Amino acid sequence: MTFLLKRRGGKGWHWTDIVTFLWLGAGLMVMFGPAVWLVLSSFKSPAGLAEFPPTLLPYQAQTAVVEGHDNPLPLFVVTDAAGSRTLAEVRRVGTVAQMVDPANPAEIVRVNIADREPVRSIGFAWENYLGPFERFDFLRFTMNSVFVTVTATLITLLSSSMAAFALSKYEFRGRSAVVVLILATLMIPLSVILVPLYSIVSAVGLMNTLWGVILPTVATPTGVFLLRQYMLTIPDELLEAARMDHASEWQIYWRIVLPLSAPALAVLAIFSVVWRWNDFLWPLIVLSRPEVYTLQVGLNAYAGELNVQWNYLLAMTVITMIPVVLVFVFLQRFITAGIAGTGLK
Amino acid sequence: MAGLKTMAGAVVTAPLGWLARLLDPPLRLWQRVAGQNGMAAFFLAPTMAIFSIFVLLPLVLNIAYSMTSGPALFLTERSFVGGAQYARLLSCENHFDFSTCVEDQFWTALRNTALFTVLQVAALIVAATVTALILDRDLRARSFWRAAFFFPVLLSPVVVGLIWRWILDRDGVLNAGLDAVGLTPVNWLLERDWAFLSVIGVTIWAHLGFFALILLAGLQAIPRDLYEAAEMDGTPRARVFWRITLPLLMPNMLVVIVLALIRAVQVFDEAFVLTGGGPGTATLFLTQYIYEVGFASLLKNPGLAAAASILMGGVLIVLTLVQLGLARRNERRSKLK
Repeated sequence: MTFLLKRRGGKGWHWTDIVTFLWLGAGLMVMFGPAVWLVLSSFKSPAGLAEFPPTLLPYQAQTAVVEGHDNPLPLFVVTDAAGSRTLAEVRRVGTVAQMVDPANPAEIVRVNIADREPVRSIGFAWENYLGPFERFDFLRFTMNSVFVTVTATLITLLSSSMAAFALSKYEFRGRSAVVVLILATLMIPLSVILVPLYSIVSAVGLMNTLWGVILPTVATPTGVFLLRQYMLTIPDELLEAARMDHASEWQIYWRIVLPLSAPALAVLAIFSVVWRWNDFLWPLIVLSRPEVYTLQVGLNAYAGELNVQWNYLLAMTVITMIPVVLVFVFLQRFITAGIAGTGLK
Repeated sequence: MAGLKTMAGAVVTAPLGWLARLLDPPLRLWQRVAGQNGMAAFFLAPTMAIFSIFVLLPLVLNIAYSMTSGPALFLTERSFVGGAQYARLLSCENHFDFSTCVEDQFWTALRNTALFTVLQVAALIVAATVTALILDRDLRARSFWRAAFFFPVLLSPVVVGLIWRWILDRDGVLNAGLDAVGLTPVNWLLERDWAFLSVIGVTIWAHLGFFALILLAGLQAIPRDLYEAAEMDGTPRARVFWRITLPLLMPNMLVVIVLALIRAVQVFDEAFVLTGGGPGTATLFLTQYIYEVGFASLLKNPGLAAAASILMGGVLIVLTLVQLGLARRNERRSKLK
């Protein structure tokens, strides 16, 4: 016992140790709990979601096929003067339910609903996940989001790396002016230029198109700076040697600088994927027709409907979360390293 | 596994490689004509084109928009009104009673945003600092704990909003928990003050990990021998914290505070999905006001939205300049060391 309570380094306990354990324990629950609760809830049937207090795990009512009835009937455990037994409900009128014994389907028993409990077992309502694809354009929303994310990330990587190459490996007049200009754009968040941006995008005919979502977001100054800082560490001698061998500037960029910048490109790619997948305000403004909705906009539109079917909405939310959770599980350390190093995002 | 990775890599890069090779001859020609500076221009062209069209041009146009009126989208069809939109935004009979203002919603949004910014940033910074201090301790599996706090940062604002809408629902799990321990359930999202506090709590939840991470990097940059020297002198822990940790963390802390302020002023996504600005206008913030006036309401008024966004942009630019100044000072200091 004393072994468990002893701290590493053999020092005694301090009140900060207790705070640490409490904070970390609470943090674990608070940070993951809501997402776990979302996933658990997304497997509940509408009846299960309506329950208060809610159950932790998804349950489904058990049913039985009874002779003389086309549909499976829900099962209940009835406890009254006649003892305890399992019956199936035929119909319910007010507080009285007409029930039958599955073994003896001819005889109808009248039971007060206060005397019975539904028979339930853990069951996952997978139809929550199929419904959104069958009933709404959820598949299209997903494809739109994938298209926006992949295309925008590729363009970001290409244009940012080209600009970073020019700004790190060439001496030309006005270079510092360009750097300042790009730095200045860091200051201007999208929310400040919504109105004119909207008019420009509609002037070039990109309203309600995915390209209208992609183009204004691809030029991230943070990306240019991240890559430039990295490329500055590539020795110029390497480039000079290639020029001696008659490599063109394009080849130097493509065959030498780009492969050497792979770690920085990877970080930018991860960031770009998360940013573009999660974008909301700008797509919300550009996209007003359901067939071009991205997942985030579609999800928000569905959540804003009058009769929200939470079972579908929760399942859609889980699906929207999946790519980001994958990034978290497999690539989280690149992101944390990137943020700690550059203050990115 | 490694073989699979190389193969997948090859499948992706091979077409790009062919494309790059195809581009080489014309670019060689361009290089011969324009020289090395010309190539710099070529490499800069895509980024500069996108910046000019989608950032610089809108910036200039925004000022023009803010001086015009009418519902028309294109500038050529709008009439010039000078500073009338700004006057409309700011004019009130009595500035202490927003209902006497022409644009009472703007003032409500302004007050909400100011209050939100102060409360959220204060609570966020305290929580992030505590988290960073704890993560900086001699922990087992530190990277796991760091990741745990970082998880919500990656979630999209819409997902964050919906998760919490579900939890904070009148019949949600939080009220079930309160009920179970004998407390009165609260209608979190439908009572004005609770809704406001909910937005603060949810945005802190979503961003805590990010700020804790930056502060943690700052803490880890503090030389360990300072702590060792303090320990040898038998300095009490509280004194070590106030005399070593906090002063050396301060430069980072300032940058983080300004960054948090910049983000808080622009709060939109999570709040919009969580409460939609409601109940009433209890959680209406500036960005949502701009969105509603410019795009969502029946009587669109792009000029008014532009004027409001310029006022907000002014605040943001001041904050950003402060941040850049602080960051540069930190950089110079760390170079001196």
